[in-house]
Amino acid sequence: MLLEIKDLHAGIEGKEILKGLNLQVNKGEVHAIMGPNGSGKSTLSKVLAGHPTYEVLSGTVMFDGKDLLELEPDERAREGVFMAFQYPVEVPGVSNSQFLRLAYNQKAVHQGQEELDPLEFNDFLKEKAKIVEMDPQFFKRSVNEGFSGGEKKRNEILQMAVLEPKLAILDETDSGLDIDALRIVAEGVNKLRSSENAIILVTHYQRLLNYIQPDFVHVLAGGKIVKEGGKELALELEEKGYDWVKGAAN
Amino acid sequence: MSSTTAVKETQFTKQFAEFRSSLGGDASVADRETAFAFFEATGFPTVRDEDWKYTNVAPLVSEQWKIVSGGSSSPNDGVAAFNFRRNGFTALNMAFADVAVVRIPCDTSVIEPIELNFAAEDGSAIFPHVIVIAEAGSKATIVETYASSGRGFTDAAINILVEENANLTHFRVQKDSGESLNYGVTEVEVRGGAHYNSTNVNLGAAVSRHDIEVRFTAEGGEAWVDGLYMLNGNQHHDTHSTIDHTVPNCTSHQTYKGVINDNARGVFNGKVFVRENAHGTDAQQSNKNLLLSDSARVDTKPQLEIFNDDVKCSHGATVGQLEDEELFYLLARGLPADLAKNLLTYGFAEEVINKIGIDEIKTELDAMVLNRLGTEI
Repeated sequence: MLLEIKDLHAGIEGKEILKGLNLQVNKGEVHAIMGPNGSGKSTLSKVLAGHPTYEVLSGTVMFDGKDLLELEPDERAREGVFMAFQYPVEVPGVSNSQFLRLAYNQKAVHQGQEELDPLEFNDFLKEKAKIVEMDPQFFKRSVNEGFSGGEKKRNEILQMAVLEPKLAILDETDSGLDIDALRIVAEGVNKLRSSENAIILVTHYQRLLNYIQPDFVHVLAGGKIVKEGGKELALELEEKGYDWVKGAAN
Repeated sequence: MSSTTAVKETQFTKQFAEFRSSLGGDASVADRETAFAFFEATGFPTVRDEDWKYTNVAPLVSEQWKIVSGGSSSPNDGVAAFNFRRNGFTALNMAFADVAVVRIPCDTSVIEPIELNFAAEDGSAIFPHVIVIAEAGSKATIVETYASSGRGFTDAAINILVEENANLTHFRVQKDSGESLNYGVTEVEVRGGAHYNSTNVNLGAAVSRHDIEVRFTAEGGEAWVDGLYMLNGNQHHDTHSTIDHTVPNCTSHQTYKGVINDNARGVFNGKVFVRENAHGTDAQQSNKNLLLSDSARVDTKPQLEIFNDDVKCSHGATVGQLEDEELFYLLARGLPADLAKNLLTYGFAEEVINKIGIDEIKTELDAMVLNRLGTEI
C-alpha cells in the first residue's frame, strides 16, 4: 500500500477539522476526495504536504513504508509526495528553470539518480513542458510571477511532470480554470497517470472528473469520509447535492 | 567657542599643503583651497547632524590615512558647480580631487561600457572626481566600480550631465573590502527628453554611504534610480537619495532593496520633491528590506514632498522577513530549508541585479550574492 491514513485528527489554531479520517491508496489508483466547503478537503491536502500551520492531533499516516508525519515538508517531497497548490505562490527573481532544476536535483540525489546540469535539464524540461503545452518562454520567467490563473495551474502540473512523484495530491486544481485550461491540465494529469504512481484529486465539483476518471470517490463531510464508491458516486453527488451526504456526518 | 568644539584634522592639513604645492599654478588651486577651508571649518559629519544620525564615520575617519591623488584640472570644468558644501566628505573630495572627464559627443552611441575603476590600497585615501557629460542625443553606459583592498578610504564624487535626448545608463558597484570606508556622491542633472538609468549595488565596506541626487531641469526627462544593499557581519550602509522634479512632465522610478543579516545595519532615506510648477510629474518610489536575523536593522524613510496637484506619485517602504507561504512552497518541492531561504533571498536581490544588462557584470554580481548567502545554484 502506498498511503494509509488511520483515524486522522487534525486542525488549525486549536480548531479540529479532520475528525477521524481513514483512507487507503494503492499504486496505480486515482482517488477523488469531494466535499462541501469547510468539510476539511484543503486541510487534508495541507496536512499530507506538511504545512506548518496545520496541526496533527492524533492518528497515523504511513507513506511507502514510512511514517509521513515524522518527516519535514521537504523530506516528504523528496520521498515522492507532491501537492499541486490551490493558490500557487509567486517567487520573484527566481526563474522557473532554476527552481525546477534545483528541485529535480534534490530529489534525484535523494533517490539515487543522476543530477542534471543546466543544459541537460533544459532538454529534459522542454520534453516535460509538452505535457502541459507550455511554451519554453515560461522557463526564463520568475516562478509564477505575472502568470494567469491557468498558467499557474499548468506550471503546477509541469512541476509534477518534472518531479515524478509517487503520490500527487491535486488541491482544487480545477478551481478558477476556464474550459480550455481545464482540458490541458486534465490531459496533462492523464499522461502522468501510471501503474507506478497514485493521484488524489481534491475537488468541490464533479466537472474535473469528466476529464480525469477516478477509480474511487470519497465524500468528505464534517471532517470524516461519509460515503465511498466508484466514479458514478460523483455523478450522483452532482445530481443530489452535498445536502444529501451532510446528514451522514452528524 | 571654536577652541572647544572642532577636532582639527591635522593629518589632512599637512597633506593638503604638500598636495597644493605639487599642483604649482594649476587653475584649480583656488577652488581646492576654498573647499579645504570649508572642510577645516566643518570637519566630517557626525551623528549630531540630522542627515547623518544613523551613520557614525568618526572611528574610521580618525584613523591615519595617506592621501593618494593625481590632482589635475578644475573640478568645475564644463558642468554646473559641484556642491562641495554638502558635507565634510564632499569638501575634502573637492580639495584633493583626482579629476577625470568623460565626454560623450553629440549624437554618438558608445557601444562598449565605459569603465571607471577605483581602489584604495591599505591605509590610503583616494578622491576620485569624475565629470560625465553625455551630450545631446548621445547614448552610453558607464560602469563605476569601487574595489578597495585592506583598509581603504574612498571619498568619491561623480557629477553627471545628461543633455537633451541623451540616454545614459549608469551602474555603480561598491565591493570594497570589509574593513574599508566608502563615501560617494552622485549628482545628476537630467535635461529635456533625456534618460538616466542608474543601478547602485552596495555589497562591500565596513561603513559606506552613498548620496545620490537627480535633478530634472527641462521637460520630458526620465530617470530610474534603483539600488541594492546587501549587508552582513557588522557592515553599515546608508543611501540618501534626492529626486528633484523642478520642471513639468518628468518621470522618475525608484526601487531600492536591502538584504540585511547578522548585526548589519542599513539606512535608506529617499526624498522626492515635486516643485510648484512641476505638473504632469510621475514619481514612483519604493524601498523594500529583508531582515535575515534578529539583530539586523534598517532605518528607512521615504519622503514625498509635493507642491503641485496634477501629479501621479506613490511611495512606500517595507521591512520584513521571508514570507512563510513562499518558503513552504519551496519546501514542498523538496528544497531543504537553508537552500529555500537562500533562494528566496537571492530572488529578492535579483529583482535589482536583473536590471543590469551587461552579462559579465550580472554574472559576477550573481556570484557575489550567492557567495554572500553561502550557496550555489
